[in-house]
Order: sequence, then structure tokens, then C-alpha cells
Amino acid sequence: MTTNHILTVENLTTRFQTPDGEVEAVNNVNFHIDPGETLGVVGESGSGKTQIFLSLMGLLAKNGASTGSVRYKDKEILNLQPRELNKIRGVSMSMIFQDPMTSLNPFLKISRQMTEVLVEHRGMSESDALARAITMLDRVGIPGAAQRVHMYPHEFSGGMRQRVMIAMALLCDPEVLIADEPTTALDVTVQAQILDLLRDLQTDFNTATVMITHDLGVVAGLCDRVMVMYGGRVVETGSVRDIYYDSHHPYTEGLLKSMPRIDRADEESLFAIPGQPPNLQNLPKGCAYQERCEYVFDRCCAERPLLREFGNGRASACFREDDK
Amino acid sequence: MSVMNKSAKKDASPILSVRDLKVHFPIPSKGLFAPDRQLKAVDGVNFDLYPGETLGVVGESGCGKSTLGRAILQLIPPTDGQVAWLGKNIVGAPHRDMQPLRRDLQIIFQDPLASLNPRMTIGEIIAEPLVTHKPELGKEEIKARVKRMMARVGLLPQMINRYPHEFSGGQCQRIGIARAMILEPKLIVCDEPVSALDVSIQAQIVNLLQELQREFDLSLIFISHDLSIVRHICHRIMVLYLGNVAELADRDSIYAAPRHPYTKALISAVPIPDPEIERNKERIVLTGDLPSPLSPPSGCVFRTRCPFAKDKCAQEPPVLERVSDSQEVACHFHDSI
Repeated sequence: MTTNHILTVENLTTRFQTPDGEVEAVNNVNFHIDPGETLGVVGESGSGKTQIFLSLMGLLAKNGASTGSVRYKDKEILNLQPRELNKIRGVSMSMIFQDPMTSLNPFLKISRQMTEVLVEHRGMSESDALARAITMLDRVGIPGAAQRVHMYPHEFSGGMRQRVMIAMALLCDPEVLIADEPTTALDVTVQAQILDLLRDLQTDFNTATVMITHDLGVVAGLCDRVMVMYGGRVVETGSVRDIYYDSHHPYTEGLLKSMPRIDRADEESLFAIPGQPPNLQNLPKGCAYQERCEYVFDRCCAERPLLREFGNGRASACFREDDK
Repeated sequence: MSVMNKSAKKDASPILSVRDLKVHFPIPSKGLFAPDRQLKAVDGVNFDLYPGETLGVVGESGCGKSTLGRAILQLIPPTDGQVAWLGKNIVGAPHRDMQPLRRDLQIIFQDPLASLNPRMTIGEIIAEPLVTHKPELGKEEIKARVKRMMARVGLLPQMINRYPHEFSGGQCQRIGIARAMILEPKLIVCDEPVSALDVSIQAQIVNLLQELQREFDLSLIFISHDLSIVRHICHRIMVLYLGNVAELADRDSIYAAPRHPYTKALISAVPIPDPEIERNKERIVLTGDLPSPLSPPSGCVFRTRCPFAKDKCAQEPPVLERVSDSQEVACHFHDSI
């Protein structure tokens, strides 16, 4: 099968064995990413949005296991041995995390952490690798890169550390960049700088980007397509315009309505989705969103709605669609 | 509702008046005989708060907003200045005099689980202020009041004997709110009360705070870095930068026409959940990070990141100037930018 998808995920399911029983963090997720595209993955904590990408990067916790298929171009990469996987992760696929301080090694200078990848994967000499690291730091907007490359992570501010993480992720010109809440720990003015940087880099390098976030504002500014997660499943996908202006799933609709808007002076109380996010250990029969849904009817409690496509890359998992 | 509050506040006298409040922390210097340096976390803040009003305090991390909230409640002793509660200065008041006032002054914290003692049941947690401040109440009465408050904040009263870890983040924040509300205080300092919560839960908590405010005529100081939520819940907004007030104005004025370049940048940096608007809006992108509060820039503290900075800004610190009935701004060039 030949496609131009750079990453194809089919029937991905990730389960964790816990003392309280099995938890299905990711359930039967399907999606793909094309070169140069930005996919937004939206959901609340515990919706499985991060676990999808930890699964495909082989970074799951020890008690987790995945089934299904993940293809990088035409190569199956799910559950590969670390030695095989290392030829791809960090090279063709990189990931940046929410908290830059805990993802950098506090004992090693930035120079050592950055050159390691290049020496290991690209067989560069130490001095070439250092030169490349400095170029990359400069590219992500770190002033005085040639000096600062010899500093330790704690000598950088939060925003600068996130730039270091991004520079590190881009060292080997990855084709896929997975950004897991990269700006959540940052102040808004610094967040704006980092988002600008990601946008520029994408134009320059044509990297396919996955933006995992709970912030619908960030997605609106950056993404081409959006995938909305709830209770470990995809509940809606579509282009960013479709999702924001014509959402089909009640959860997407509720999320958008419950965001207070800085550009609007609303006097009434906010729309709030009632109840709590679902407990993955104890999902109800039928739709996971039934207890919080304003349109719930009998069928939602008896059967689980499947993700149904209705053209143009649009899909939604809701029985209300059947009536439309 | 805000209109009602605004008209009400004109005739009422302020419940809280803060004058030239300063909190400086001594930082041990590196040299053996060098004097300690001063970290000026809050450096001269003035405002009044009226009954039933919500004042938003916004700014980036390290701007002094949490220190300000704690200094108002005397949880951190202010270095200088006055905090007048119902007309009486409480800065430096002895513990004996502060204790009865604490009934009226409460706080809600950012991390809902960390602010609850894991070894107490939620009934004990919510009852604790009652036990401390109203020792005359009998056990049954306390229990009844706790259950009533639990129901009011949206917790099932039969959960009274459970422990905090059994609750989700949103529910833990409801417990924190119940604990703050049980004495029916007049002022609650809310320190980032919804920042740690999921979007769908944020809206529930914001609505709850607004309902409680209406019901009990509460005054709120709402500390947050999220300018969208602040716009929704606050009547007036104070923008802090490195311990200094950059702008203080009514909600509608500050969002419609921010006058300080920092306020403009902050507002324009907030992503709007609408692709058309978000991609086409005009933005002021600030360069660099917040300078170290240990060595703030001379003159205007914002000048190192300000796109409009001129020579004068390095020389003189701007004072907070009234530019209209509802707006004060600290910028030398607020007229021209």
C-alpha cells in the first residue's frame, strides 16, 4: 500500500495493568499525518491524548502495552525493539514535553545533551556536532548561542529551556515533531513567542507537527486538522474550521462553549459541562459522554457510538448524527 | 450583575484599602561581608476594594501577584505600607487582634489537593475554621453547617467522611471553597483557583464563585494569569509587572482600550478559540523574558521589553496616573502609543 502519509496509526489500543485492574487509556484510535501538516490533539487530562504518542514512541510506562499498527512511512514501528526504534525516534520523529526542566538532564551541559544525538545518530565528529547545536540554538532564538550552549539547564529561564528542547528535537531534521503541551507551563507572552517559533520552523523545515494540548486557542492559531479525545477514544475529527464553526459532537460543542473568551464581554454565567471526566477504570456501557451530555437519549446508554465518517475527513462518534 | 455592583460601589465605602504596600525579601548575598540584597516582590501597590466587587490581579509568574494576595491577608508580613480592613490598619497588628478578623478574610489556593490535609476527612477540613473561630458551637451544629455548605458548593453531604485523595481536582477545589466559605467571610483571596483544572471544570468553579459572591455579597481578589477568565469574572483589573502596578482599570475599559504597552501585549498574546480571529488578529509580541526581580531595570521596570521605550523610560519611573474615571496607567507615553 502506498500513501503519502508520513505516519499512519490504525486500531491503536493501549492498556495499563494496575493493582485495581486493567485500564484502557487509548481505545481503537485511527489517524494519519501528512508532511507539513499540523494535527491538533485536544482533550482533558486522562483523555488518552498523551498516551497515544508515548505508545508510538515506545515510551509507555512498564505496565502499559499497545496493540494495533503504527507505520512510519511504510515501516511498522509499534512495539519494535528499542535498538530498531532508536533509528527512528529522535531522528525522524521527535517529541517535546510540557515541562522542559524535567526533560533535560540537570547534571549535563546543554552542549553534551545536544551533541550526543548527532554523534550517535549521524556519526558526526564532536566539533561538527557542537557547531550544528549552536546553529540550531541560534535558529530557535537563543541569544549568545555559542556561549550559552556550554551552560547547564538551570541557567536558562522556562521559555529558553523550551527553546532548547525544541532545538534538540530539530537537530536531526525530523519529519514528525510531537509537541506535548509545549507552552502550558509558560507565561502567555512567552507562549506567544514559542508558538511563533513553531509556526516559522514548520514553514522552514516542512515538518509534520502534532500539537497535544487542552488549549483550544492554541489549536485555533496553529493547526490544520483537529482530533478531539474523550475517555480514551476519538470522538470527533475534522479540519480546524469544521471543528470550530460546525462541531458535531456534543463534547466538542461543550468545550468550545465553556471557554471564556478574551475578545467578548459576556455578562451571563459561563456554559459549564456538568459532572466529572469519566473514570477510565469504570466506563459506562454505551457512550462515555452520556452522563454529561445535554442531548442524551436511550440509545446512548445502551450502545457505544462508533466514529462515523461523513466525508471531507470529518468524523464524529455520536448517535445524533444518524438523524441528520 | 456587574452594572449593579458598579453603581452600588459608588455610595459604599471601601471594605479594603491598600496604600503603598511593599513586600521586600532579603536575599543573602554571595560575598562574605556584602550586604543582603532586596528582592522587591511587591513595590508600592495602591487600591481600594468595595463590597461585592471582584478585583482581578494579573501578570506573569514572578510579578508578585501571589505575594500581594498573601501580604493583604498578613500571611506574609509587609515591609511597608498600609492595609486598612474596614478602615483600620492591620499591618503589624498582633496575632491577638488579627485572629477575630480572619473570620472575614479567607483564601483559596491553586493546587486543590496540596492545600488539603491528606490525613483529615473532608468533614474535618471544612469544619476546622468553625472549630477555631466558633468554639461555642456544638458538634451537631458544626456537622449540620458543614453538610449545608457541602451541598451549597456542589458536594454530596454523605461524602463527609471521605478523604481528599478520593476526590478529583474540581471536587477538591469545591472542598477548598467550602472551607473558605464556612465562616461566611467578607473577602476571599482566590490565588489561581482554576489554573490546575480542566477546561470543562474551570467553568463550573468560576460559576460557583460568582453565585456565592452574589448570594453572600462577597468581595473577591482573583489572582490569575488567565486573562480570558479574568475578563469574565472581574469588575476591575490590576496588571502587575515586577511588583509594580502597570495599569488599574474597569474591566470594560481595560479590554476595550488598554493603555499600558504591557497590558496591550498581554491581551494580544492570549490565543482566541476561533481560527479566523486568531489567525488575523494584530499582535504585539514581546521579546525576551521577565528580568530578574533582584536587579530590576532602572526607571520603568517594563522598558527592557517595551517596544516603545525611549530615553526617559530608563531615567524616571512612571507613576500611576489617572487617565479617565475608570482607568489608571503607569506609562510616560500613554498618550502617544
